[in-house]
Amino acid sequence: MPKGMVVIDKDRCKGCGLCVETCPFGVLVISPEFNRYGYNVATMGAPEKCTGCGMCAQMCPDAALDVYRAVKEGV
Amino acid sequence: MSVVETKVPAGFVPVYTRPKSLSDKRFTYCPGCHHGIITRLVAEAIDELGIQERTVGVAPVGCAVFLYEFFRCDFAQAAHGRACAVATGIKRANPDLIVFTYQGDGDLAAIGTAETIHAANRGENITVIFVNNQIYGMTGGEMAPTTLPGMRTVTTPEGRDVRTTGYPLRISEMLAQLDGPTYITRQAVFDVRHVQMARKAILKAFRNQLEGKGFSLVEVVAACPTNLRIPPAEGNRWVKEQALKYFPLGDLKVRD
Repeated sequence: MPKGMVVIDKDRCKGCGLCVETCPFGVLVISPEFNRYGYNVATMGAPEKCTGCGMCAQMCPDAALDVYRAVKEGV
Repeated sequence: MSVVETKVPAGFVPVYTRPKSLSDKRFTYCPGCHHGIITRLVAEAIDELGIQERTVGVAPVGCAVFLYEFFRCDFAQAAHGRACAVATGIKRANPDLIVFTYQGDGDLAAIGTAETIHAANRGENITVIFVNNQIYGMTGGEMAPTTLPGMRTVTTPEGRDVRTTGYPLRISEMLAQLDGPTYITRQAVFDVRHVQMARKAILKAFRNQLEGKGFSLVEVVAACPTNLRIPPAEGNRWVKEQALKYFPLGDLKVRD
């Protein structure tokens, strides 16, 4: 199970790619999929690598990303 | 209109969620615009201080003109450049309110220079967020007072010539000379570390107002990738390598 997860609001994303640039683990990619406004949206290309650090959300200019971290077992 | 996802997935805890002070409206900024990051940081500061119900923003003219639609708090729309004057009136009439202005360089540093300087000199107890992207973004990329020497814009196609158009205006340095202001700082948002620093500066600017300390201005050096005609990621590098040469970061005035 991945340590983190990014929930992307596809209608808000404008595909600027700042999250892709910022992610230290190469989790996010710009997908060929379009949203309703015609932007190629960001998506999790390698979800298993996500640690839930939240750096992508810190850089997102459209507040389109919500980041979650897995609850550690036994806590 | 998209609905904000608030359901936390099973087995996960939130690390970062969209600030509650932001409305559901999509930002009207261009893709990769630093305005979006700065708007979000202001919303985070309002959330963190729990002042949403008594905050009044003053929206500028420029790229952030629709700011009143993005926040879940009261707003006034000022005439071009007059946000500091409007904020002064609101704050003096009702000192319990938390009043902030959010202005670009075409608004605060060009047409509104006088209002800004005098509000700072009077030490009005307001918070000013100044987004310096060195260009007139909304009108199509004309030269601003803060445009760097040699920088190509629509109105300076050969690059800004300092012999005819002067030098970039360093508003923060100017205001730091005055006795009125409490806190003048310059920040940037081109990487995560600087976003965190800008966040702290904006929080401090709001805290100063809560504590009645007086005029606080946070200048944020930003990129306008659309009018620079470069991809957003290069906009970040452009701020780091070009803009910061003329606009060095750091606290210019801190009075406790």
